Amino acid sequence: MKTVKLPKRELDFFASVLQRFGEIHAPVARNGHFVFQQIAKWSDARLDYTRTVLPPKKYILPPRETLFRYKPGQGYLPDSEDLDRRLVLFGVHACDIYSLNILDRVFNGRYPDPYYQTRRRNVAIVGVDCVPDDLCFCRSMRADTVEQGFDLFLYDIGEYYLTLVGTALGDDMVLAAGDLFQPVTAADVAEYKRRSKERHERFQHDVEIRDLPEIFEMEYGSAIWDELGARCLSCGSCSMVCPTCYCYDVADETTLGSTEGRRLRTWDSCLLATHAMVAGGENFRSSRASRVKFRFYHKQRGFVAEYGRPSCVGCGRCTGVCPAGIDMIEVINRLRGVKYAETEHAAAH
Amino acid sequence: MPRLSTLRLTRDWGAEAAVAVPPLRDVPAATAYQPLREANPYQPHLARLVRVFKMVENNWLFTFRFLDEQLARDFKHRPGQFVMLSVPGAGEAPISISSSPTRPEVLELCVRRVGRVTDALYRMNANDVVGIRGPYGNGFPVELIRGNDLLIAAGGLGMAPLRSLLWYAIDHRDRFRSITLMYGARTPATMLFRDELVSLVDRPDLRCLLCVDADPDGTWQNRVCQLPALFEQFEVDPTTTYAAVCGPPVVYRFMLQRLLMLDFPKDRILMSLERRMKCGVGKCGHCSVGYKYTCLNGPIFTYWDAINLPEMV
Repeated sequence: MKTVKLPKRELDFFASVLQRFGEIHAPVARNGHFVFQQIAKWSDARLDYTRTVLPPKKYILPPRETLFRYKPGQGYLPDSEDLDRRLVLFGVHACDIYSLNILDRVFNGRYPDPYYQTRRRNVAIVGVDCVPDDLCFCRSMRADTVEQGFDLFLYDIGEYYLTLVGTALGDDMVLAAGDLFQPVTAADVAEYKRRSKERHERFQHDVEIRDLPEIFEMEYGSAIWDELGARCLSCGSCSMVCPTCYCYDVADETTLGSTEGRRLRTWDSCLLATHAMVAGGENFRSSRASRVKFRFYHKQRGFVAEYGRPSCVGCGRCTGVCPAGIDMIEVINRLRGVKYAETEHAAAH
Repeated sequence: MPRLSTLRLTRDWGAEAAVAVPPLRDVPAATAYQPLREANPYQPHLARLVRVFKMVENNWLFTFRFLDEQLARDFKHRPGQFVMLSVPGAGEAPISISSSPTRPEVLELCVRRVGRVTDALYRMNANDVVGIRGPYGNGFPVELIRGNDLLIAAGGLGMAPLRSLLWYAIDHRDRFRSITLMYGARTPATMLFRDELVSLVDRPDLRCLLCVDADPDGTWQNRVCQLPALFEQFEVDPTTTYAAVCGPPVVYRFMLQRLLMLDFPKDRILMSLERRMKCGVGKCGHCSVGYKYTCLNGPIFTYWDAINLPEMV
């Protein structure tokens, strides 16, 4: 992979070059949180952010999108509104890029999803490294580094960003910046390694995912699920902020006073009461305990069976947002029988 | 080194500066690529409602034919597969295919009137247009069953997905040893495909055993009993038989109990499951049971799968 370096003081120059590749969206501070949104000037971007409220998933699998328009006599016409919009997401963390790679596998396979695929192709990604905080456990989920799924990835090495060029588009971006990028020296790489080691040691949480699927099977009847079910409010917030939750609902919306309409898909959550309810009213997961269990089970056990790894990337969003203080790390550690050093972990948020 | 030109760059996108850069290639737009039209797994294909047979109250049989002649001829499915049926303005729902692939050109769907989509379907008339996409799901493993005895056991509405397998087996009679159908309904009036199945009772090349729990009109010519009682009428060899079971929970309970008593291997008992589905292609997440998707890994599961996947029955 081509490796170059970008002087930090030229970052705004580079961002302005990137405007030629699409609308620049970057993390900005809003109401005490960080969100990805389009920026009007580079100084709005906050590359020192921790995590955004919603992951960049929202650009590839929007919360609500039209799949088809239907008209009598014409049938279902695919809707491609917005699909061609070119974006550059600047400042995506490794865990969030990793989560997109996970979603890529779900939305590919035997029946590739053309809406997802097209958006993914049209959204360029410039990753940036980060400093873990007290919610992060991406290292445990093997998502603290990412080796593909981005066009460029910037590593802070002091005066420079060490830049990995991941795609041909990323190379075009580097070339478009003329002489902004410089060759990497051995000292730069040494500095990267020093900082990488330092970052690795800054993680405050460790969960062991080895043989976790087996433990989930053995603990299927554990009392912990009833306890979590009693706490869970079934609000679905964890799914909404999760970078790898992909469940969606599809519904037709008819224009008032006509027989034309749209087929929409919207984000859904397995925590919501109707998720497994079939026509006629039978519900295969009617209790909250069964739904909480399902979410954990699917992420840490079911997804492993299907795709070879957990779908959780350890971003910490679900723990941070849960109004009932349900904490992924705590649940895993309790199932493993590991004493949780800081039981009030989630309560602090 | 590429030829350099000057590009005006802006510091914080306000004040201007200039650096030497190579001429920028136009970023190619993705517009030439038309996957939404060329390979859209969610695209419903228009089909005409050919016939409505008011078979049983709130369980009618709808016959469809794709408007596209090529598709109408080429559509192939396996017994046990399902389609996603779109009724304009109402939405989309998964419906199992009741017709056999050996009788192509039209699709027969036995639809229970139970929700928004099916309600709208019941208000449609012949020649109205719906959307259909599929077929989806694994279907029955007919290659695996080939050369074996086939036992089809249905209760109530469970006949809908099994009728496809029944006619497939009858039309490929030489591929199976014995064929046995056990089907029980509450009353003759609620028996799906009643006249068609009654006409099979006297056939020498298969065992068609029908029963009802009660016969209020006194017109029923076959047995009045519970479904498991039909086991008295024939011998089953569990080492050479595949059993396909579908019905309400009570039917599963009794049938599985009987089949296990007969020492049926758990992977020779096949079951068809029903789940909520929004995509049919393994994306929307609604039909997952344990770590499997009903739409991709099912809807036909073995009993072994069923006891290993939580929340399955």
